[in-house]
Amino acid sequence: MNILDRYHAMDYGPAPEARNEADAWLAARDFSKALFIDGTWKAASGGKSFETSEPSSGKLLAKVSDARATDIDAAVAAAAKALPKWSASSGYVRAKVLYAIGRAMQRHQRLFAVLETIDNGKPIRESRDIDVPLAIRHFIHHAGWAQALDRDFPGHKGVGVVGQIIPWNFPLLMLAWKIAPALAAGCTVVLKPAEFTPLTSILFAEICERAGVPKGVVNIVQGGPEAGAAIVNHPGVQKIAFTGSSEVGKIIRKATAGSGKKLSLELGGKSAFIVFEDADLDSAVEGLVDGIWFNQGQVCCAGSRLLVQEGIADALIAKVKTRMSRLRVGSPLDKNTDIGPLVDLTQLDRVKGLVAEGARQGAVCWQPDAALPSSGHYHLPTLATGVSPANILAQEEVFGPVLATMTFRNTEEAIELANNTRYGLAASVWSENVNLALHVAPQLKAGVVWVNGTNMFDAACGFGGYRESGFGREGGREGMFEYLTAKLPLGPVIKPATISAPPVEQADGSAIDRTAKLFIGGKQIRPDGNYSLAVATAKGKLAGEVGLGSRKDIRDAVSAARACKGWPDATAYNRSQVLYYLAENLSGRADEFSARLVQLTGVTAKAAREEVDQSIERLFLYAGLADKFEGRVHQPPARAVTLALHEPVGVVGIVAPDTSPLLGLISLVAPALAMGNTVVAVPSEKYPLLATDLYQVIEYSDVPAGAINIVTGRTAELAGVLAKHDDVDGLWVFADAETCAKAEADSIGNLKRVWSGNGRGLDWASDEAAGDAFLRRAVEVKNVWVPYGD
Amino acid sequence: MSSTIREADLGTKVTPLPARAAANTAVPPDHRIARNPGMKLDLGFMESVRSVNRSALERRVASLTKRRSIKADNQAAWLLRAVACMDLTTLNSNDTEERVRRLCAKAINPFRRDIAEGLGIADEKIHPAAVCVYHPFVATAVEAVRGTGIHVAAVSTAFPHGLAPLTTRLQEIEASVRDGADEIDVVIPRGLVFGAKWRELYNEIVSMRAACGDAHLKVILGTGDLATLRNVMLASMVAMMAGADFIKTSTGKESVNATLPVGLAMVRAIRAYFEETGYLIGFKPAGGISTAKASLDWLVLMKEELGRPWLEPDLFRFGASSLLTDIERQLEHHLTGHYSANHRHAMA
Repeated sequence: MNILDRYHAMDYGPAPEARNEADAWLAARDFSKALFIDGTWKAASGGKSFETSEPSSGKLLAKVSDARATDIDAAVAAAAKALPKWSASSGYVRAKVLYAIGRAMQRHQRLFAVLETIDNGKPIRESRDIDVPLAIRHFIHHAGWAQALDRDFPGHKGVGVVGQIIPWNFPLLMLAWKIAPALAAGCTVVLKPAEFTPLTSILFAEICERAGVPKGVVNIVQGGPEAGAAIVNHPGVQKIAFTGSSEVGKIIRKATAGSGKKLSLELGGKSAFIVFEDADLDSAVEGLVDGIWFNQGQVCCAGSRLLVQEGIADALIAKVKTRMSRLRVGSPLDKNTDIGPLVDLTQLDRVKGLVAEGARQGAVCWQPDAALPSSGHYHLPTLATGVSPANILAQEEVFGPVLATMTFRNTEEAIELANNTRYGLAASVWSENVNLALHVAPQLKAGVVWVNGTNMFDAACGFGGYRESGFGREGGREGMFEYLTAKLPLGPVIKPATISAPPVEQADGSAIDRTAKLFIGGKQIRPDGNYSLAVATAKGKLAGEVGLGSRKDIRDAVSAARACKGWPDATAYNRSQVLYYLAENLSGRADEFSARLVQLTGVTAKAAREEVDQSIERLFLYAGLADKFEGRVHQPPARAVTLALHEPVGVVGIVAPDTSPLLGLISLVAPALAMGNTVVAVPSEKYPLLATDLYQVIEYSDVPAGAINIVTGRTAELAGVLAKHDDVDGLWVFADAETCAKAEADSIGNLKRVWSGNGRGLDWASDEAAGDAFLRRAVEVKNVWVPYGD
Repeated sequence: MSSTIREADLGTKVTPLPARAAANTAVPPDHRIARNPGMKLDLGFMESVRSVNRSALERRVASLTKRRSIKADNQAAWLLRAVACMDLTTLNSNDTEERVRRLCAKAINPFRRDIAEGLGIADEKIHPAAVCVYHPFVATAVEAVRGTGIHVAAVSTAFPHGLAPLTTRLQEIEASVRDGADEIDVVIPRGLVFGAKWRELYNEIVSMRAACGDAHLKVILGTGDLATLRNVMLASMVAMMAGADFIKTSTGKESVNATLPVGLAMVRAIRAYFEETGYLIGFKPAGGISTAKASLDWLVLMKEELGRPWLEPDLFRFGASSLLTDIERQLEHHLTGHYSANHRHAMA
């Protein structure tokens, strides 16, 4: 073809990115010693290896050391050995290391990009313009956090040795998201990349060698499930950070239950992409390209569910199809490629299978008329219309270039459809009406909401999910907390409740008989089972009887808590006043509560009075903080504001301890309420009468029905029911170790956020058993990106 | 819909002037596409396209130019295409007839002989589609390019501000057409956009189109003055409804020249008009496009957003003066591997 022919054709032609540097690197590297442990390159102890191959051709790239459990032991030992010096080093020292890493990566930017594309199959345009620059940005941004630690996180220190497991879809970027905050916080790291994509992490380890990262601070172990399990179960690891599938995330949650390990999970998604009729439709179409056809749709936060308002549906779909036909599928190393191959044949088969099943269930699947390369794991961009919410394409994360489309009639229905999923990672809202967009964003159950945009990321902004998309945030101030720990004043070890023979003698025969009930939906209710639990005085006599709550009472209480809109929707000022009023009313009955404490627990009158006074003070504290624990405005390097909103977690189960039965309960319930959560409280099994007395105070304190629900009964049993209830969003358990561990393990049904004392209580009377540490657990941080400009 | 197109008080109602026969129809333009007849001013249609999100458009153009890369022989071919879609322009207050003749000579022979031969195009008529001059030089240009197929475009209607009385502006068009211009680049009074005086704007452009007769009408929006992309979109729609053959970004005299986000808004307006009416409207970015690399970005924009038909001179033009020399340098580099210098290429 001569130039004249080309002049008439006006095609793009091939524009291959050179790969000779990457091939030279591959050829020179000894992949049989690919484990970077304690600053040296080691072979796997079992001598085994796994293969990584090129998705665009299937060709073998390298046989890489496959770490076994013993190698993980060595890596954790190295990290533990390096920890004291690293965590004690100044923020400036750590900042210099992070900065050096970032700059060194910048100097080898193109090699990183080409290797990533060869190994993963993502278009070079993406690895070059998105993955690698963002990874670098993460290190340079977090250099600042290292130095700002004392200023911004007083009382916090690094959590210790951190085990990190990352996926294959953004190998280098996920590595950066994991390692940068960990190093900034003073942690040392054992990181395991995915088997499909080990290469850039090996290059990164080389960078660490050269950038002056002390030996043992960063350990990168290549391996598969055995290595991953060894990290998760290792007793020398204080925190696990995982990005991957919800399925594996649940296994990790269960495996770490009771271990006391800090945990952050960034899991799957089925993110909604909502287009309202007043949106810039052409731009929304480009948003879809950046959403579901970014990285072949192998993106956890991909906008895979298009929700479009009925009136513009046909017009938008027509535009989408036109745009799809211009997407170029081909070699990922070609600069003109929009869509490369999927990472592996297994992934391709999975996507094909889901599309076929979706079609079988009634979806109409459309693909542009384009030829696929003869080899490689390619899948054409696919548009599924007529997708019902029950269709597998609307329910399951496809992790491929497949867009499922539904229509909605009005805003309420759009929100309902968007939230009609087990996941909650991200959402996009398209409307030129800022009133509408900012009305919708807070109502979406998603950790990230992009207004008139999609897949915008930055190191300064938190990223992470609601619901089964996991918990914890990466990036920004909120992300730093995942690698930090603040000491709370510990209380005594909590022993399991012993069911002793009920006392028989009435403590005081002169009073009129009182029936303590459960408090559900603002009403005093008899327990569903209609059994009672005898409550003893300190002297072993009968103080009264409370309802023996059962699973059905928990069910009803959770329903009431879920139905209560008046509390989460109230203004923070309004909640503040109610909590003040609660304190006021409790103070009016301080004598009575003091007497009850003396009667039940046997403390002195002075000590009892002190606990009551402290409870009132704590209510006052959280009443005052209700409108002060605010979110932030992040500053990404773009013409946009990112609003890090503090939203209530939702329905929070609270299992309160026996120690300080009034103060302990209030110390937990008050912060949860202050942030707008609705609460199902299981009070102390031993001293429940304090809680049943308290509902009378609640009743005349203007607390909306359902905001607080109290179910008395057996702690272990009720905690278990709450843990397994998939409509409970958060669960705080201060009970014996077994109950705590079981609650964590049983939480995997919906991956509710569990805060457990791990068998220890807190010193509730301490001033440190209050404040931000509690409030932080009472909120989800939602990052709403609002680009602007006109 | 959250808001509606507001039509400001018309004030003194402008009566569309009766269509006039063009003063000179001797040179039939060789445009191969059906000419846009215009349509009635449809405010509802405008309403449907008024949502233009600047941040999203900026993201689109930022990634657009990174998503496509044109290398080697293809790049040479695309640069030739940029030349073929060029309105080689001189619009200076010190222009003279001799200067215009020189411009025309460059348009007729845009490439050094060895470059044309090296590219294998010596026998092809690849040259700028038109020369673009002020009215006094139209006759000179017509004479200079006679028989070459190069069009002569005249900027008109009180270019660059458009603030002369309408009758004066229409007479200016007629005079240029009479002198032989077969393309007329008119400017709109930007104040009509700020005042949302859509009907008045529409009526003016209808009159201009009538004054053009068979000469093709390019409507310059002065996008650098219009402040928002929404204004650009709406003004584009009014111009097309009123019968523009081309919509054009800038005069080159505003403080902000043709930018890709503005171009994107305008080509999307063209697409919307095409989808509504079936007529293909041309696009001309002008002002500040001076590098070969920038010309490729614009060509990619056209191909990606509108498709192959918009890579022909009957639907796409660059308004440019120094661009040609930079392209020539790049073409020489393509042939020899040597980076060239401006003085090695004949000036316009």
